[in-house]
Amino acid sequence: MPKQTPAASHASPVVKSCYPWRRLSVVLQYAIFPISVLLLWQICSEIGFVRRNVLPPPSTVLGVWYDLVTGSTDVAARYSGTWLDHAWASTWRVFAGFGWGVALGIFVGLLIGLSRAMERVFDPTVQVLRNVPVTAWVPLSLVFFGIGNAPAIFLIGLGAFFPAAINSTHGVRQINITLYKAARMMGANERELLSRVILPAALPSILTGVRLAMGIAWVLVVVAEILAVRSGLGYLLNDAYLFYRNDVVIAAMLSIGLLGFLSDRLVVLVRDILLAWNKRETFGGEN
Amino acid sequence: MGRISLASVTKRFEAGEAVITALDDVSLSVEDREIVTLVGASGCGKSTLLNLIAGFETPTVGQILVDGQSIEGPGPDRGVVFQQTALFPWLSVGDNIAFGLSLRANRDKGNREEVVERMLQRTGLSAFRDRHPAELSGGMRQRAAIASVLAINPSTLLMDEPFGALDSLTRSIMQDFLLEIWEAQRKTVVLVTHDIDEAIYLADRTVVMTAQPGRICEVIGVNLPRPRRYEMRSEPPFIALRDHVTKIVRSEALKGSVLSEIHPRNVL
Repeated sequence: MPKQTPAASHASPVVKSCYPWRRLSVVLQYAIFPISVLLLWQICSEIGFVRRNVLPPPSTVLGVWYDLVTGSTDVAARYSGTWLDHAWASTWRVFAGFGWGVALGIFVGLLIGLSRAMERVFDPTVQVLRNVPVTAWVPLSLVFFGIGNAPAIFLIGLGAFFPAAINSTHGVRQINITLYKAARMMGANERELLSRVILPAALPSILTGVRLAMGIAWVLVVVAEILAVRSGLGYLLNDAYLFYRNDVVIAAMLSIGLLGFLSDRLVVLVRDILLAWNKRETFGGEN
Repeated sequence: MGRISLASVTKRFEAGEAVITALDDVSLSVEDREIVTLVGASGCGKSTLLNLIAGFETPTVGQILVDGQSIEGPGPDRGVVFQQTALFPWLSVGDNIAFGLSLRANRDKGNREEVVERMLQRTGLSAFRDRHPAELSGGMRQRAAIASVLAINPSTLLMDEPFGALDSLTRSIMQDFLLEIWEAQRKTVVLVTHDIDEAIYLADRTVVMTAQPGRICEVIGVNLPRPRRYEMRSEPPFIALRDHVTKIVRSEALKGSVLSEIHPRNVL
């Protein structure tokens, strides 16, 4: 065994000198696919494989996007410099709808999970309504709320409600009965059982529901802005489509993707802070 | 503090149409500071009996008294150690041990910081105070679980196959650990196990139970000197007790099983 010690101390500087290469390889792993897609797309447009006004090349889209945001080059014409207003309109609608949908969803989901009586009262309705696609609610919500923010926030919240509710119920139901019994044995009262055993134990599942809800919220904000309200990235996208500005359409699509991605990262960040304990026994993927 | 008495306790469960009698007319009394082990084949109702004393279940017929008082649900006077370690995965070892004392019901049971420190020392987990349960080995986890129960200072420890999930080496170490704690604190202990060696090694009295319906078959006094030592297991008095208990448990386990119908002579 002692003979191995010098060999080991030799090995470590070798590993160290490999480090920059390793980092470069990791960066390449991240970059290779998106860059290939962009290159292929650029080439297809350049050689005229697809018409430039049908599929404008990424360089054009980037230029239009820049003007959409800054309003400095006017290549986006009537849309020039409107990006921030649209992005903000969509973002706050997403968070408003997501907020009420998720809050109500968690509340109802926990009630159903905690009480068999509440399950009998609410669960059948939830189970039937969740099979009605939220898009099928569009006509009724337009008739009821009229054109504007109200139907948009209603639809987004409705979409966010179901995953939050169903995952909260599941979270309560899958709690290890031994933990519940142990807490009761130690003398925990109802409030302590809820706040110190049931909620933390159900939290991983609840947050899975919250993350799904955020994804659905970004889908529905686009649907709502195409059909029910005259601002936001969904509106921009649809309006540009009607004026045959596919470069603006693609810039709007990418903007929605980017904001959706950032919202998801925000949820994941909150989850990782709250669930630091939960990472220890899971397979994180091979390096 | 910690006297338990069961008077003609019967427990039936309804399983659809059928009614299963898990315990039939069981009477037993456990003295203060006594270690009583319950042993028997699976399905003999030994865990049901423990659940009844813990207060998780109520008897269909009969009465259970703890220190002369009829029990109403689970409570911190009867600490339960489960086979599946009851540690909160989101709390560190230290916070798990402090959990019981942080509850409203146990506010006046001593300085939390002090008790946690003492429990960590007694269980040899001081270095693991800030670790989470998932980072511990099986034996360490069960020690932490026992510490979290001892922290609320129950007069009785109810243990449901507490070492059943551990490998045999760790199990024997944990048995000595339990006896060490008992020597220091002298609590009443009721321990359920299917391991006959364990049942005898730990006990003042071993209750052998039979299945379908669950009944007490024999109560055996274990007159081995204390403190117990591991070597006692290979000495004649221990072996005689083990053979005796094994004979009852085996014949009961085989009774009514398919095996006994095919090979009647295999029954001891």
